[in-house]
Amino acid sequence: MVPNHSSAAKAVNYLQTRHRFHWGEAIPWILAILVFYFLPGYRLLATQILVMIIFALSLDLIVGYAGIISLGHTAFFGTGAYITALLATNNIPDPIIGLIAAAFGAAILGFLSGWVLLRTTGLTLLVLTMAVTIMLAELANDFDEITGGFDGINFTNSDIFGLIELDQLWYSSSYIYVLIVLFLSFLFIRTIIYAPFGRMLIGIRENPRRMSAIGTPVHQRQVIVYVVSAAIAGIAGALWVQVQGNVTTEVYAFELSGDVLIMLILGGTGRLYGAFLGATVFKILENVTEQVLGTDQPYWQFAIGLVLILTVLFARRGLFGIFEDLGNKWKERGQ
Amino acid sequence: MKKFVAMSLVAVAFTIITVKATEAREYKIGFIGPMSGGAAQLGQQMKRGAKLYMKLHKDQLGKHTIKMIVRDSKRPGGPIAKAAAQELITREKVELITGLIFSPNAMSVAPLVNKSKTPVVIMNAGTTFIPNMSPHMVRVSFTMWQAGVIIGEHAASNLNCKTAVAGYTNYPPGKDSINAFRHGFEGKGGKVVDEIPMGGPGKVPDFTPFFQRAKSKKPNCLYVFVPAGNHAAAVAKTYQALAMRKAGIRLIGPGDITQDTQLQGMGSAAVGLVTAHHYHMFLKSAENQAFVKAWKAEYGANNPPDFVGVGGYDGMAAVYAAIRAANGSKLTSAIAMKALKGWKFESPRGPIMIDPETRDIIQNIYISIVRKKGGMLVQETQKTFKAVKDKCKELKLGKCGKKLY
Amino acid sequence: MSPFLNEISTVLVFGLAYAMLLFIISVGLSITMGLMGFANLAHGSFAMMGGYVTVTLVTQSGVPFAAALLISFVAIALLSIPFERFLYRHLYRRSELDQVLLTIGLVFASIAGVTFIWGPDPQLIQMPNYLKGSVDLGFNTFPKYRIFMIIAGAMIVAGLFYGLERTKIGAQIRAAVDNRTMAESVGINTDRLFTWTFALGSGMAALGGGLGIQILGGIKPVFAFEYLVIFLIVVAVGGMGNIRGTFFAALILGIIDFAGKFYFPEGGAFVIFAVTILVLLIRPQGLLGKN
Repeated sequence: MVPNHSSAAKAVNYLQTRHRFHWGEAIPWILAILVFYFLPGYRLLATQILVMIIFALSLDLIVGYAGIISLGHTAFFGTGAYITALLATNNIPDPIIGLIAAAFGAAILGFLSGWVLLRTTGLTLLVLTMAVTIMLAELANDFDEITGGFDGINFTNSDIFGLIELDQLWYSSSYIYVLIVLFLSFLFIRTIIYAPFGRMLIGIRENPRRMSAIGTPVHQRQVIVYVVSAAIAGIAGALWVQVQGNVTTEVYAFELSGDVLIMLILGGTGRLYGAFLGATVFKILENVTEQVLGTDQPYWQFAIGLVLILTVLFARRGLFGIFEDLGNKWKERGQ
Repeated sequence: MKKFVAMSLVAVAFTIITVKATEAREYKIGFIGPMSGGAAQLGQQMKRGAKLYMKLHKDQLGKHTIKMIVRDSKRPGGPIAKAAAQELITREKVELITGLIFSPNAMSVAPLVNKSKTPVVIMNAGTTFIPNMSPHMVRVSFTMWQAGVIIGEHAASNLNCKTAVAGYTNYPPGKDSINAFRHGFEGKGGKVVDEIPMGGPGKVPDFTPFFQRAKSKKPNCLYVFVPAGNHAAAVAKTYQALAMRKAGIRLIGPGDITQDTQLQGMGSAAVGLVTAHHYHMFLKSAENQAFVKAWKAEYGANNPPDFVGVGGYDGMAAVYAAIRAANGSKLTSAIAMKALKGWKFESPRGPIMIDPETRDIIQNIYISIVRKKGGMLVQETQKTFKAVKDKCKELKLGKCGKKLY
Repeated sequence: MSPFLNEISTVLVFGLAYAMLLFIISVGLSITMGLMGFANLAHGSFAMMGGYVTVTLVTQSGVPFAAALLISFVAIALLSIPFERFLYRHLYRRSELDQVLLTIGLVFASIAGVTFIWGPDPQLIQMPNYLKGSVDLGFNTFPKYRIFMIIAGAMIVAGLFYGLERTKIGAQIRAAVDNRTMAESVGINTDRLFTWTFALGSGMAALGGGLGIQILGGIKPVFAFEYLVIFLIVVAVGGMGNIRGTFFAALILGIIDFAGKFYFPEGGAFVIFAVTILVLLIRPQGLLGKN
C-alpha cells in the first residue's frame, strides 16, 4: 500500500470489505457445535443461551443501531411465546408455523406500540416501554382462562417437518433447531446492518436531527426497525417456550427485559457479537457461581453485580470491546 | 430332584441379587428450591427441614449414603427450575428430584421426568392437580382444598359467620383456595358476598385498599389466602391497622396467614386469628415437640420451624423410604412409587399417608387460634380433623379429575 | 356517616399517605436525573439500605423510631457521597447505557450484600405506642400511622420547597437544572453542588425506605428492584428535575393507585400504568417538565 494514499485507500478498503465475513466470525459457531458434542449435560443451559442470544440480537437492532433504549422488550418475547403456545394447544402444534405466527404477532404489536411510543425519547420512552410490558403481564395473569395465569400452560409441539421430535430431555434436536434459527436470524440481522438501511440507522442514532434535515423520515425508519426487532424477539420467545414445553406469565417479566438489556450492554452494543458474548457470560455466571460457591447465599447476584460494575469502569465498550482492543493492538504490532 | 435344583437355583439367584443389592451405594438426589430472590426464606426453611431429617436419621439407610445436590430455582416461573432439573438428571445423574416451591416450577419439571422416569417428591407446591401431571410424582405438602373446605365449614357452623368476603392472591392456588372455601362455607349456609383478587404472588402489596373494600361490605368474616412467606405479616398488620376487629369482622384463613416464622413479627395483630392448617409448631404430639427441639438446637432458638420446614422434613423421610426400598439397587421410579404409594409416617404434623390413588397427601387438618402467652404468640389447637383427603380430587372437579400426562 | 363520604375520605387519606411515600423516595431520583442527566437505577438500593438501618436501630439498639429515621437519613446521605465521588462521577459524560449497567450492577450487589447481612426474610418493625391504633373521625377511622405519614410528608415537602425556592443553594440547584453550562459560567460549583444534592436525595430515599417498612410489609432485599418501576414512573410523569412536578405526579399516582385497587381489584395494578401511558403520550416531557 502506498503510504500517501493510505487513509483514503483504507477508507475505500473498509467500505468494500466491512460486510465480508471475517474468519473470526466462525468461532462462536464452532464453539456451539463443540458444546453439543462434548457437554451434552449442559445442552439445556446452552439452548437457553442460544435463545437469549437471539433475544439480545433483536434488542441490539434497536438499542445498538437505532439508539432506542427499551426496558420492555419482553412485550414481544412474551407475545411470541403465548402465540406459539396457544396455537399448539388449539390443534396447530407445528413448531415452524408457531415461529412464523409468533414473528407476525409480535411484529403487529411492535408496529402498533412503536408508532405511538417512538415519538418520545429517553426516560419517557424507557418508562413507556416498561409500562406496556407490565400491563401485558397483568393481562396474561387476569385472563387465566386462556393463558393459564401464573401456573401457565404445558403443551407439546408436533415434530419438525413431521420428522424430528423436539427432544425434551437431552435437548439434542432442540439444540440444533435453535442453533439453526439463531444462524438464520443472525444472517438476516447482519444483512440489514451492513445494508444502507443499517448505516442510516446509525446516522439516526448519532444525530436524529441532522438525519431529519437531510431528508430521512426518522420516525418511519425507527418504526420499521422496531417492527423487525419485535418480530425477531417474538421468534426468540416462541423458541424459548417450544424447547421448554410450557409457558408462564414470566415470559412478560420486567426482570427479563432488564436481564436481556444487561446481557446486551455487558457484551457490547452495536456490534452483533456483543449479544453472543453478553448472553453467554451472563447465563454462565448465573449458573456457575452457584455450582462452585453453593446456594447458601446469593453469590450469583453478587458476582453479576461485580462484573457489571467492573465492565463499566474498565471495559468501555462492553466485553466485546476488550477483544476488539486486543485485535487492534495485534494488528498494529503486525504493521 | 428337578424341583430341588430349581429351588436351589432360585435360592442362589436370590443370594446373588441380595449380595449385589446390599453393596454400599451412594444415592444422589437433586433438591430444587428458591435460594435467592423474593422467596429465598422459603427455600431456606425447606432445605433446613430436609437437612435436619438427614442429620437425625443418619443410620436409617444402613451402609448406603445419600448426597443431596442443591440448585436454585430463583424465580417462580418455571424455566430456571426446569433447566436445573434437566442438568441434575443428565449431568449429575441424580436418581430422584425433590424440593420444589411454587406450582409452575413443579409443573415445568413434569414433562421432563415423564421422559426420564425420574421419581419426584414435591415438598411444597400448592396447585391441586399437579400430581395428575406425572405418574412419577408424589406430594408431601398439602393442597388448598384440604384446609379451605374445613375452614369454610367451620366459619359457617361454629364462628357465626353468615356472610364473608374472600380475598386472595391472584394466582391458581389462590383461586383453588377460595373455591374450596366457598364450597365449604356456602355448603353450610353461608354467603360469600365479595371476592377480591389482591395482586400477584411475586410481591407483597399494600393490602389496605383491598381490606378497606372488604370493610365497606360489612361481612362477618374475612377469609384471606396469601402464599407462604412475606405476605402473612402484612395481612395481620393491615387487619389491625384498619381496626377491622372493632368493626366486627373476623379474620380467618388457611394457616399461611399465621406461618410460624412470621407469627412473632405480627405482634398483637395476630391474636384471635382462626386458621385451618396441617401444621403449626405448637402441636402437642411427642413427634412435634422432639422435632421443634431438634430444630431449635440446630438453627437457633430464634429460628422456629414452620410448615414449609416440615414439608422439607417429611419429604426427606419419603426420600429415605424410597431409598430403603431400593436397598442398593438403582432407585427407579417404579421402586420409588411402589414404596411411596400408601407410605405412612409419624410426622411432626401428625400421621400422614400418601394416597395410593392420587399420590397426594392425606393428613390431619387442625383448626387453631392464636393466643398470647407470656409475651409470646402461640397457636392453640381447637379441633382436629383426621386423615383429610383432597376434596377437589375426590369430587373430580375440573383438572383435578383428569389425567394430565 | 354517609357511605359516600366514607369512601371518598378512605381513598383520599390512604392515597395521600402512599403519595407522600412515593414523593419522598422519588424526589431524589428526579433531581439526580434532572441535574446531571444521570440514570440512577440504584436509587431504590439507597432507600432499601435506609430501611435496613432503621430496622436495625429500632429492633436491636432500641433507638426510638423517629430518631432512627433521622439517623438513617444522615447515615445513607453520608454513605452516598463516596459512591458519587468514586463511581458515578466517572460516568456523567458517558452514555446512558453505561449508567444503566453500572447502577444495575450496584442493585445486584446491594441485594446480595443485604442478604449476606440480614438474610432473605423481610425485617419487621414494632411501632411506638403513639403510632399504633387508629383515629376515629366519626364518618371513618384511619390508622394513626397513615395520618403520621401524611403530616411527616407534608412537613418534608414544605421544607424542600422552602429550601429550593428561598435559599441560595436552592436557587443554585434550580439554575443548574435549567442550564448547567450557564450556571457554571456564573461561578456555581456544579460538581460540589451535585455531590450535596445527590447526598440529600439518597438521604431522602433512606427516609422513605424507613417510613415505608410499616406499610409495605417489611423491608427485604428485593425492595431495590420491586419498587424501582414505580419510582421511575413518578419521575417520568412529573418531569425530570422538577420537584413540583414530582410532587403532583406522586399525588396523582398515589391516589389513583389506591382508588384503582379499591374500586377495581381485578385490574387494580393496571390502572396506574394506564394513567402513566396516557399522561406520557399527551405530555412526553412529563406534567411540568421542560420541553
